Amino acid sequence: MKFLSKRASALAALGLSASLVLTACGGDSEGGENGSADGDVSITMLPKNLGNPYFDTSTAGAEAAAEESGATLEEVGPQEASPDAQVQYINTAAQQGVGALIVSANDPTAICDALNEARDAGTKVVTFDSDTEADCRDLFINQATAEGIAKVQVDLIAEQIGGSGEIAILSASANATNQNAWIEMMETELEANHPDITLVDTVYGDDDDQTSFDKTAALLQSHPNLKGIVSPTTVGIAAAARYLSDSDKKGEVSLTGLGTPNQMREYVENGTVEAFALWNPEDLGYLAAMAANALATGEIEGNPGDTFEAGELGEYTVEDDNSVLLGEPFVYNADNIDDFDF
Amino acid sequence: MTLTATPRTYAEYSQPLWRRLAATRETAVIGLLVAVVLYATVNVPNFDGPLTLTYLLLDVTPILLIALPMTMVIVTGEIDLSVASVVGLSSVLVGVLHEGGFSIPAAAAVALVAGAACGALNGFLVAYVGLPSLAVTIGTLALYRGLAVGLLGTKAVTDFPDRWTDLATAKIGETGIPLVMVLVVVLAVAFAVLLHFTSFGRGVYDIGLNSEAARFTGVDVARTKLLLFMLAGLVSALAGVYYVLRFGSARGDNATGLELQVIAAVLLGGVSIFGGRGRLHGVLAGVLLIGVVASALRLEGITVNVINIIIGLLLVASVMSPSVLAWVSGKTARRNTRARGPHDASTDAALTEGKNP
Repeated sequence: MKFLSKRASALAALGLSASLVLTACGGDSEGGENGSADGDVSITMLPKNLGNPYFDTSTAGAEAAAEESGATLEEVGPQEASPDAQVQYINTAAQQGVGALIVSANDPTAICDALNEARDAGTKVVTFDSDTEADCRDLFINQATAEGIAKVQVDLIAEQIGGSGEIAILSASANATNQNAWIEMMETELEANHPDITLVDTVYGDDDDQTSFDKTAALLQSHPNLKGIVSPTTVGIAAAARYLSDSDKKGEVSLTGLGTPNQMREYVENGTVEAFALWNPEDLGYLAAMAANALATGEIEGNPGDTFEAGELGEYTVEDDNSVLLGEPFVYNADNIDDFDF
Repeated sequence: MTLTATPRTYAEYSQPLWRRLAATRETAVIGLLVAVVLYATVNVPNFDGPLTLTYLLLDVTPILLIALPMTMVIVTGEIDLSVASVVGLSSVLVGVLHEGGFSIPAAAAVALVAGAACGALNGFLVAYVGLPSLAVTIGTLALYRGLAVGLLGTKAVTDFPDRWTDLATAKIGETGIPLVMVLVVVLAVAFAVLLHFTSFGRGVYDIGLNSEAARFTGVDVARTKLLLFMLAGLVSALAGVYYVLRFGSARGDNATGLELQVIAAVLLGGVSIFGGRGRLHGVLAGVLLIGVVASALRLEGITVNVINIIIGLLLVASVMSPSVLAWVSGKTARRNTRARGPHDASTDAALTEGKNP
């Protein structure tokens, strides 16, 4: 009796194992072709996390590039954007001996050891969007330079307010490194090329939707002659647009900065915002995959001065810090915003 | 009834030793582990590569560690859902203290004490206040995770001395087996002795089978539970220290969701969620089984969502299987009863019921 029930439990366990084996089998049919087949370059794309529209867009670009260059590309990634979860996927890529790994790092140092182990195993490492320490990757695909980001925002606001008048900046937090660097460059750029524009105030919304909303309201009250607001942060620009679109200043005060199409679509369509900037993640993914392929095939070493063809984007040169610059930031307006979903 | 019939009252001893060993849940899990490893070696590309063993063992080390005290907690019929949050809190403490000038051993010592204190709070509320462990530890799951994230915010401490981070991923000679496995083996042996070869361990099973009866036979139920929760906190904190050094990163969200994998592995390894049943070697095989399955699926390019679905299904299946088996054997028993007559029926029914409380 006792034995019978135990035998039943052993049988159940056997059933369990059969189902496990079957699940593994199911994966085999699709997994077989993207293993480390000789000749073909296999590329693994590891974004910060899966299910993120920004990275879905960059992966779509990478897939297009892989198809054009005859490489196979597989996207893997954790659900949460944490470095420890990313390490497992880097390890897996090392085990598979893939030709190249494209990573957007969740931490610049924490995934370094894992990346270097993968490189020791022969995998080329390309970072994009978010870089690691320079000694843990072969190339970094830089989406934009600080100068480029500062200049495009100044150019946009200058164009929108007609080249003269008062403007203000709605930034993230007072000690945000990126934003502060950009603001400093924007000030220089304004002084040099737009002497008729005066920057009257810089306020901080702390990358919090409600705070940014309130700061926008306060800006408009304390500066009745304000003609434009620049918000170099995606949270800030969306909150400011929400305030502006319901206020009587809509159409009078221009708003631009760094935003994402999905957040800004409504305000571009209703005329609150004419144009805003950001890089194009699809192009970024495309260029990353092209560079990964060029590294894996040995076409480039990743040394400064190396040049490679990146399909429809043209020729690129590796810069001194082993990085490749995507180009000028991309300007989104009513004409092109519907082409993007992130 | 003659003397020759007496062995039948102890069903455990009515079969030869090898048959008894071969037909246990633990043996089934070990067999399954071997089968999956063999299958993966043959069919999963790169599973037989030299890096697989190293990465697999590094990945399962925190689960292996926490599964040891978790087994004992679950054998008493309780559960600790807060372990992954203690891992997070301990890793944040190591990071913050190290940033504040503490050496790694000193920071780790503070983290271990904090972990034991976290466990003591769980244990006190469960054992002395008498609250259900499910409710207590789901509360402290949020509490400890909140403390961890609160201490460090969304930033991470990643500046740890290479000497220590290298130690966490060092291998034993040329074998590819991580050095940290020495720690795992030592702790596993210690826990196996504690659970299976001491009176304290017998008390743990007694509590799980019948807490009242255990009290009357002289087991200090409350103290035992308090100690077990403290052990769970302490070992989770140790896993947190390892986590920081292995990934070189102290973050508030370290090891989020790890409790699911630990509990899944423990139950898969044959520990009854109702308490009183389970053996450590089965649990160790359960942990390795989950590790191997996850590793093989990742090598197959299966996404994390599907892997989580499979681990979730394994968890449900391992909780359900004893109940289903009891139902099946109950049916068989009744069928046999009719064939064999009333005398055996009473014995068999009693045995079946006794086996699955």
